[in-house]
Amino acid sequence: MIKKVSTVLVAVAIATLGAVGSAQAARTDITVGMQLEPPNLDPTAGAAAAIDEVVYANVFEGLTRFGADGSVKPALAKSWEISEDGLTYSFKLQSGITFHDGSAFNAEDVRFSLNRSRAEKSTNAQKQLFASIDTIKVADPETVVITLSAPNGALLFNLAWGDAIVMSPDTFDKAKTAPIGTGPFKFSRWVQGDRIELVKNPDYWGTPAKLDKAVFKFISEPTAAYAALMAGDVDAFPVYPAPENLAQFEADARFNVVVGSTEGETILSTNNKQAPFDNKLVRQALAHAINRQEIIDGAMFGYGTPIGTHFAPHHPVYKDFTANSAYDPAKAKALLKEAGFENGFKTTLKLPPPSYARRGGEIIAAQLRQVGIETEISNLEWAQWLEQVFRGKDFGLTIVSHTEPMDIGIYAKPDYYFQYDNKDFQQLMSDLTLETDDAKRAEMLQQAQGIIADDYVNGYLFQLAKTGVANADVVGLWENSPTQANDLTEVYWAK
Amino acid sequence: MRRRRNLVIGALLCVLFIAAALVSFVWTPFDVISLDIANKLKTPGGEHWFGTDHFGRDILSMIMVGARTSIAVALVAVGIGMVLGVPLGLFAAASRGTLLDELIMRGNDLIFAFPALLIAILITAVLGPSAVNAIIAIGIFNIPVFARLTRAAALSLWERDYILSARVAGKSKLRISAEHILPNLLNLLIVQGTIQFSLGVLAEAGLSYVGLGAQPPTPSWGRMLAESQTMFSFAPHLAIFPGLAIVFTVLGLNLFGDGLRDYFDPRLRHNRHDETPEAIVNDERVS
Amino acid sequence: MIRYLARRLLSLALTLLVASVVIFLIIEVVPGDTASLMLGVNADEETRLALREELGLDVSKPVRYFNWVSGMLTGDFGISYTYRTPVSEMIADRMMVSFPLALYALALSTLIAFPAGIIAATKRGSFSDVSIMGVTQLGVAIPNFWFAMILVTIFAIKLRWFSAGGFPGWEVGFFAGLKSLTLPAFALALPQASILARVMRSSLLDTLGEDFIRTARAKGLSARQALWGHALRNALIPVLTIIGLQFSFLLAGAIIIENIFFLPGLGRMIFQAITQRDLIVVESVVMLLVFAVVAVTFLVDVAYAVVDPRLRRRV
Repeated sequence: MIKKVSTVLVAVAIATLGAVGSAQAARTDITVGMQLEPPNLDPTAGAAAAIDEVVYANVFEGLTRFGADGSVKPALAKSWEISEDGLTYSFKLQSGITFHDGSAFNAEDVRFSLNRSRAEKSTNAQKQLFASIDTIKVADPETVVITLSAPNGALLFNLAWGDAIVMSPDTFDKAKTAPIGTGPFKFSRWVQGDRIELVKNPDYWGTPAKLDKAVFKFISEPTAAYAALMAGDVDAFPVYPAPENLAQFEADARFNVVVGSTEGETILSTNNKQAPFDNKLVRQALAHAINRQEIIDGAMFGYGTPIGTHFAPHHPVYKDFTANSAYDPAKAKALLKEAGFENGFKTTLKLPPPSYARRGGEIIAAQLRQVGIETEISNLEWAQWLEQVFRGKDFGLTIVSHTEPMDIGIYAKPDYYFQYDNKDFQQLMSDLTLETDDAKRAEMLQQAQGIIADDYVNGYLFQLAKTGVANADVVGLWENSPTQANDLTEVYWAK
Repeated sequence: MRRRRNLVIGALLCVLFIAAALVSFVWTPFDVISLDIANKLKTPGGEHWFGTDHFGRDILSMIMVGARTSIAVALVAVGIGMVLGVPLGLFAAASRGTLLDELIMRGNDLIFAFPALLIAILITAVLGPSAVNAIIAIGIFNIPVFARLTRAAALSLWERDYILSARVAGKSKLRISAEHILPNLLNLLIVQGTIQFSLGVLAEAGLSYVGLGAQPPTPSWGRMLAESQTMFSFAPHLAIFPGLAIVFTVLGLNLFGDGLRDYFDPRLRHNRHDETPEAIVNDERVS
Repeated sequence: MIRYLARRLLSLALTLLVASVVIFLIIEVVPGDTASLMLGVNADEETRLALREELGLDVSKPVRYFNWVSGMLTGDFGISYTYRTPVSEMIADRMMVSFPLALYALALSTLIAFPAGIIAATKRGSFSDVSIMGVTQLGVAIPNFWFAMILVTIFAIKLRWFSAGGFPGWEVGFFAGLKSLTLPAFALALPQASILARVMRSSLLDTLGEDFIRTARAKGLSARQALWGHALRNALIPVLTIIGLQFSFLLAGAIIIENIFFLPGLGRMIFQAITQRDLIVVESVVMLLVFAVVAVTFLVDVAYAVVDPRLRRRV
């Protein structure tokens, strides 16, 4: 609260200074470039990152939310109490909140939204977030009580996802094209194929946005993104798609290049049930055949942090296992020989569209060739990738960045596309879900990182960097990407 | 005089690229498969005449091997168009005015009516991207070009006296088509084939530019352009050389085609077949 | 004439029917499911099936085909799976960009090609003729996406005369809209202009050599009078046919150019719809484009038949 007051004071001070200091007022609008256009604007009705990148924290809010540093913070719920047994959460809501259409917000809206997302016929893409919820009750208009069927240490984290935002029962059916939320920005207009415009919500319950208008412009071609920034058509490109251009932006005083972290573990996913990858020796050989630094340099022009397991390096409980799979082609060859593949073998390498996969794939193919593994590359669109690789499991190797935060749990699903089936790991994960003690959770998470690193489940390449480019005068954009969002609440122009 | 000049310039350019493609089978200045990331983005000069790309591969070598891809795809695609289109055109002409003729010609109209690049994208979405599927996509749209040309030219031949006398002599329409009509169309087909070949090279570049052609690590000119375009502002040589390769190959084939036509039949000198509406429409379909 | 027209109309209807079947078949076999694409990697099978039901994808293919065709006959193109808005509205929106762009490109190419073609034809064999023909050869050989890249680098990034792409909308002003379409229109117009100039030249050469021009000249008309009074008018017929066909292809043919300049046009919409497996959008737009071409061909044929009755036999 004190913090909030001080920000208001600062804002007032800046506003006053601005009024006195300069005749030329700072700009109050921003155009943000994004590579993909969201298919719709309802974060509870689609997995597309682009949806959250427009509406998360700007238009829609949930009980909790992610802060810029990835921590879980109060949002619509100003506080909560957890029962001794960890099964009952009572959330105290902020008062005086209205939706953008003027209707009042209350606990009933929370109950409706969460129940809708976890209903049997729900089309929420992250339905598993709500799996542990048993009932949701409205105690009074400002209190919601959630009871769980089993303790879940990650509930507050889960509720911070964009897929858990709150909408009104009266407007949810319009959310796809005309979203009505509670956030600091209101949806204004969508020119499909080109841009989405948001305007400031003057009645926002919290610290109001500093900008009056925000435009998200969709530019899919990296070349066009470069040209648009250089020509001043967009003010910021928070996830700039071509790392090769960053040096130029850095050299140009008009721009600010921000390199932060993301939750994207970029991995050489390996089909653990397909021969010869069902042999751990082969997977280990694969791991030693890969030169991570060369991939980071060649595909990402140096941006990215090597990883040795499926965990984000900036996370406090991350453990560095890169030495476990250090680049050692001789050892890789020896392991292949031991596994009975002295003369190598042939496999498929299926690559989705992002440049980390396409370029990384060409480099990995060349590296694997050095140890005798021939790969047949096929470049796929996402739809084909989902069909063939993800659902069909028809692949040997693929490269993909897993961008969901804290997603090591996917290794506990034996039918997940890379088909890793380890009973000990599965047990560990179900224990973890029940555990609510933070120290014990940290220990268990480190243990989990070690298991998959030692099993060489996948080739662990690097943590995707968030490489953003913005006009040097724009202040307040997120540096890191703890979730896929462009929170514009605190963004303003320095001059 | 001008006719000769076209033929000579065109032939020289064609020979240059065909030679580059053939030589690449036995020798290229550098290996195009293995990467050398430490030597990336070298500017032209020194041992790398055209510089190196973002993976440190030699661009000259890639252009040589890329010529192979372009020529192979375009040649086979035009071959498919000829092999299927010419007989269709002959049948249509021989059975002029019948239902068969109508069916063939309407079928041609239909193929023409489809937006070619979209169909190519759809074919790739179904079969996956590869050089073979690029050939199929380009080949399909070559069929009606040859079918229409053949039919139109064959129709006029059917009016000739010596064909009529062959009919009177009791030869079947099929036999007349094969023995008398087709040989008289050869020049025309060779000329049109050259033009279609050049359009095929352009189409292959367009398809591989959008990622639908030969897959890596096989070099292709279109993909070289696509992969280098974000670097155009600081390493323009990556895009300039493959671009010029496309331009000069297409130019060479066009000049050669023009020259050939004039050589075969000076009377046709300004009545270009590739300037009929059909050919023009076909021209812009994929590019 | 009526008999001819009836036959052509019947054939037009059959062609469109066959086209609709072909389009539906090609597009429906495209692997990939829009529902799983929308739900991403964490959703389970149950959720996917629920979404398919919501989108109406659970009904059988023949029924979907029937609904689609009967809908189109009444002007209803269906509802986009991903955007959840009527396809006809989306097409109308995108046409606000694609149509003017095609028109602009065509206007540019005509403005360049006509003078070039006329000069080349009237001064046949001269230096101007040779250089114009040389430039047109080059214009046909340059891939337009490469040309577009160069245009952007020079005029948007280096000189900053134009924005690199995007379309602000017509409501910000006619000239602002036109300005944003200028670079893409030039990129599209280059090969068009080259082709058109060549057609113009050869068509003009043909008519200039014909009897009635010789007669006109013999009657004492000057070369200039003969050109402007007679030859040009007659030479225009094939040129206009080509312009008509070029236009319908420009509408959809701008896919790559629209991507390079990130214009919200029809081409980019359909490209995006394919990657998102928004099949109803792909089907409807392809059908519309096929219809446009078939209809133009039909009208041209009928127009020719009206002018020249001998052609009616040809069908």
